[in-house]
Amino acid sequence: MLFNEVMFYVFGVMAVVSAILVVTRRNAVQSAIFLVTALLATAGIFLNLNAEFLFIVQVILYAGGIMVLFVFVIMLVNLDVALHQVQFNRQWFVALIISAVLAAQVVAAIAVSRHTLYTLAPAAPETLEPNTERVAFYLFHTYMLPFELASILLLVAMVGAVVMAKKRV
Amino acid sequence: MNAIIPYIWPVVFALVIVAVLPLIAGYIVLVERKVMADMQVRLGPMRVGPHGLLQPIADAVKLLLKEDIIPESADRLVFWGAPLISVTAAMLALAALPIGPFFQIADLNIGLLYILGVSSLGIFGIVLGGWASNSHYSLLGALRSAAQLVSYETSAGMAIVGALLLAGTLSTRGIVQAQSDIGVWFIFAAPIGFFIYLVASIAETNRAPFDMPEAESELVAGYMTEYSGFRWALYFLAEYTNMVVVASIAATLFLGGWMRPFANTRLFNFLDYFPLLLMLWIAGYCFRRTPKQPVPVQKMFMAAVGLLCLVLAAVFTIPVIAPAGSLLAAAKPGIHGAFWFLFKVAAYIYVFMWLRFTFPRYRFDQLMRLGWQFLVPLSIVNVMSIGISLTLHRQLNWPNLVAFPVGIAITLAAGAYLLATGEKHEQTRVGEDENAEVDSREEETPVNAV
Repeated sequence: MLFNEVMFYVFGVMAVVSAILVVTRRNAVQSAIFLVTALLATAGIFLNLNAEFLFIVQVILYAGGIMVLFVFVIMLVNLDVALHQVQFNRQWFVALIISAVLAAQVVAAIAVSRHTLYTLAPAAPETLEPNTERVAFYLFHTYMLPFELASILLLVAMVGAVVMAKKRV
Repeated sequence: MNAIIPYIWPVVFALVIVAVLPLIAGYIVLVERKVMADMQVRLGPMRVGPHGLLQPIADAVKLLLKEDIIPESADRLVFWGAPLISVTAAMLALAALPIGPFFQIADLNIGLLYILGVSSLGIFGIVLGGWASNSHYSLLGALRSAAQLVSYETSAGMAIVGALLLAGTLSTRGIVQAQSDIGVWFIFAAPIGFFIYLVASIAETNRAPFDMPEAESELVAGYMTEYSGFRWALYFLAEYTNMVVVASIAATLFLGGWMRPFANTRLFNFLDYFPLLLMLWIAGYCFRRTPKQPVPVQKMFMAAVGLLCLVLAAVFTIPVIAPAGSLLAAAKPGIHGAFWFLFKVAAYIYVFMWLRFTFPRYRFDQLMRLGWQFLVPLSIVNVMSIGISLTLHRQLNWPNLVAFPVGIAITLAAGAYLLATGEKHEQTRVGEDENAEVDSREEETPVNAV
């Protein structure tokens, strides 16, 4: 149990610190690198919760797929221009108000529901079913229709992107 | 204390792999140079040690002692970290591979997805290294590499999906077990899937004929142009580790993993003596060459290599001839499993080398067209036809020998169609390009006139 808790804090701190670095770094490529570490740390938390399928999907899709394309594009952008621009928006007091309201909401929610919140006891790892099979069962059985609709939506977006990029179809 | 015990063996295995891998990578380089020399009718490295056997160690020492140059305008932190990302990603992927039934770091139930996911992170090492060098050659090499890896990962993934449908599990151990249960290696059930994976894996490891990212005649050395000394060696290590990883995936998925050929047939039990014969043959060669070595030290070295092969021969044979039920006989699956697995991996890597020295390099647009217009559609058809075969076999009870050829025939037909339309397409494309050139020239003239 102790090992799990330690790992949770390690990954959690990693995720939060890299998320902060993503917005504070001036160099866009370095921001992207820290975004990757933030995503990987989140994947680590999934793994810690015995959700190994979510872990690997997070790694393959976000870190290995989307972020590679991000970095690919960023490398082609002229970074020197970005270095001389103002990094943060000047409307900081608006941001401050919104963040304060959000923080107040979270604190209030926790304070109000502290006594009514209940958590289930964690299941023993041996009793868990392999979650690749579980995910597949729900996607292709219980929620078949929404899943197929979503895939058609993605296909339309893909075809649209190709049509827009191509001069003559 | 009890909490630690399950972790002891995996940690020992992991340490062994991390410690031995650089040595193996070095010797793969030596074998590659020797194979290249053989195909070009020359000797290859012969000076360091008998037959150049110590060349990898000399190379490693040289690389370690070289000056570590970091270009002035480079992004230091990223430049420093990029090779580490490549090596780490490549090595992590080895964790889920079963080298024999006993020697495996972890049998994950997402095994194959884990290998794919972790090794896809290796792209970052290449892309970031190319960017951080702040050099045009490096950047171009990195961009080419990223485009190539992303394109070919798609078809490699789809080829793997085909084999996974047959196995019904993601666990690497389970996949080998499934091949043992069905009684046929998946290369015979899905030969086109294996072909797609072979091509895609060559492209993914950036090897000739797909070595665009580091095409030395165009890009100096691609993304590693600015790297030198130890950091360069790390990239090299990552590349050869990746070769081992893709070869191991192919061996596990398509070539029956640690199983001997005809593992379930008693008639072929004589194949258990194949490791012995192979080792005896190598030992015999070593002893025959011993008197011809020029220096006494080299004679001794050659004889020692021969003796080592004899010892290995004994290790491979004793479990076979030991009485059944004894401790030595119980070690047989582990030892022979490891032998067959490594033998298959070595054969796969040899095919890589063979192709490298046979084919000229592709042009980049040809590479992209091959990937997206031939391999990706073919791999999708392959997955569907394997699905059809499995339905015929499992739902309609067709025998294996009928159901699978039907699927293979469908895929072959699709491949032939793709080839035919691809050629027609290319002919029209050539015409288009000429027109486009004329157009752009016409557009340019007024600008120049102004």
